[in-house]
Amino acid sequence: MTRPATRPAARPTGPRAGGNRASADRLARLLNLVPYLLARPGIEIAEAAGDLGVTERQLREDLELLWVCGLPGYGPGDLIDMAFDGDRVTITYDAGIDRPLRLTPDEALALVVALRMLAETPGVANREAVERALAKIENAAGDLVGAPVEVRLQADSRRVEQLRAAVGRGRALRITYYTPARDETTERVIDPLRMLMVGGRAYVEAWCRRAEEVRLFRADRIDAVVELDEPAVVPPQARPHDLTEGVFRPSPDLPLITLRIGRGERWITEYYPCERVERGDGDQWLVSLRVTDLGWARRFVLGLGPGVAVVAPAELADQVRAQAVAALEAYASPDGAPSGDPAGSASPR
Amino acid sequence: MSRTRTERLVNLVICLLSTRRFLTAAQIAATVPGYEHDPDDAKDHEAFQRKFERDKAELRELGVPLETGTASVFDSEPGYRIAHREYALPDIPLEPDEAAAVGIAARLWQHAGLAAAASSGLAKLRAAGVDVDPQATLGLEPMVTVDPAFAPLTAAARDRREVSFDYRAPDRDDPTRRRVQPWGVVCWRGRWYVVGHDLDRAATRCFRLSRVVGAVRVAGAPGGFEPPPGLDLISHVARWSGPVERTGRATVLVRPGRAAGLRRWAVDSGSGPAGDRLVLPYADAESLAAKLVGYGPDVRVLDPPEVREAVIQRLKEIAARHDELTVTGGAR
Repeated sequence: MTRPATRPAARPTGPRAGGNRASADRLARLLNLVPYLLARPGIEIAEAAGDLGVTERQLREDLELLWVCGLPGYGPGDLIDMAFDGDRVTITYDAGIDRPLRLTPDEALALVVALRMLAETPGVANREAVERALAKIENAAGDLVGAPVEVRLQADSRRVEQLRAAVGRGRALRITYYTPARDETTERVIDPLRMLMVGGRAYVEAWCRRAEEVRLFRADRIDAVVELDEPAVVPPQARPHDLTEGVFRPSPDLPLITLRIGRGERWITEYYPCERVERGDGDQWLVSLRVTDLGWARRFVLGLGPGVAVVAPAELADQVRAQAVAALEAYASPDGAPSGDPAGSASPR
Repeated sequence: MSRTRTERLVNLVICLLSTRRFLTAAQIAATVPGYEHDPDDAKDHEAFQRKFERDKAELRELGVPLETGTASVFDSEPGYRIAHREYALPDIPLEPDEAAAVGIAARLWQHAGLAAAASSGLAKLRAAGVDVDPQATLGLEPMVTVDPAFAPLTAAARDRREVSFDYRAPDRDDPTRRRVQPWGVVCWRGRWYVVGHDLDRAATRCFRLSRVVGAVRVAGAPGGFEPPPGLDLISHVARWSGPVERTGRATVLVRPGRAAGLRRWAVDSGSGPAGDRLVLPYADAESLAAKLVGYGPDVRVLDPPEVREAVIQRLKEIAARHDELTVTGGAR
């Protein structure tokens, strides 16, 4: 590669826009590129591009730009220099940029907090390596992190550890799983995709052969696991969930219930995704949320207690009332045997 | 930024890294391509100064430690330089498994800003010669999410600056303005909290970050307070949610095939003609009663009387409340 005979003269008035994100990114990338290549003499350009997450073409443009950088006028040793050998590149003069820039406070914080999160996650395979890495990064970042951020997750680590090991061996699993939406415990065969932790809870994401779709199984609801003698085979159409919006994203075709709640039950507005929260009379609030199952909603409302009244749907209000009445009748009858419709469903009055 | 400007900034970094003496703007202009101008032409000179100011700001934004000072006591004009030891990332000798862990940690962030910070931090480690295996996995990966108040509150805690914010607790009707000296930020069981000294309550308080409404305002100067020595942030948050000891035992009768949610939780069970008998551990009679009422007539409490009475009382009130509604048409 021949250096341009004359350095391209910088125009005195460049675009004023300056400082946009992409350009700041490019400057950061260029300052990293020299030490990156310096540490890997003779690296293939394609490999470096893949590693740095840019296209080969972009990387070549970056190299071309760096090629003309350095202090002028003092001769060839003053400009960044590199040797090309086929598709390989070696930095032969770094012009003083031999190290990457130190971490910014945000970068240090982002890495340290994520590592702490990882170190606190039960069932992580190589926790010891995570802790060693954390100590080294904290040490290097020095007082940048001084950042008073602590993490404690505390899940049932034994169960999670057992599941993680089973998932790691890559076989299909038969699990006994409790589904609160239907209040039932079922057996099903799953082909695990991955294990993850969201909001302090561990999940197995897997193809469920019973439901024939990808499902998230909460670790603390898996009551038993048996590893099968067959490999986990995930059908090609299976896609992992997008969890950026949380685990439960209520879809608009689910039944909507509206409750009138008192002060003591307002916690549900933080705990469940509510579609609407309106202030009512006095302490009362009107709260609307989507539920996967009206049977679940009935148990939910009964469990919340007398501070809650169902506003809609009428069907749910009837069920709640009928269940409470039937339960009271059972307590009133002398033999104590639960009476009435054994299915416990509300009968139309 | 044009290619020209990027090139000029790289050259500015090289120039200031190479000097031990502080260089004045005029000296920099004479060395760094792109700053050529006529210092005697007021308009041209002014354009140069604006350009130089923008460039300095851009470098500082990126975290380049630009030092200001004068070359000697005889100089009055400020000069600039970058100290290599301040600029350079210190050597971090990471073993391959440690590097893999950092690589995984960097992609856990679900928050856009911190995800970008984590990956640019990782890019610097790679630039320092650390090789990161992109295929590595630790078998179980947490999704790291934070509330919007996380960034301003960690920054304020780091700089020890007082803050104020509006805080909405669900049992209060309206958000209230709180003034806090933030000591630190804690993730406890998947939720984020800030722990600090509440200036209006004159006491230590924990605030859940998801309850902060709107912007966090920084009120005080940096270094405005001193957190207590030997501070254990977690203990302040964990105080209200320690492990619950379930020493009580309740016996309930459950219809065959019903109340699966209770069965998986029973410490003992047996079946009889009237249904299955379960023994349930509990800590607090009222919260057990609430849970049992959820199952309606599928579950009947046999013992102890305090749980049985609590369940009956709740059922009566629930029935009455929904009766009223039905009579007044409130539910329709």
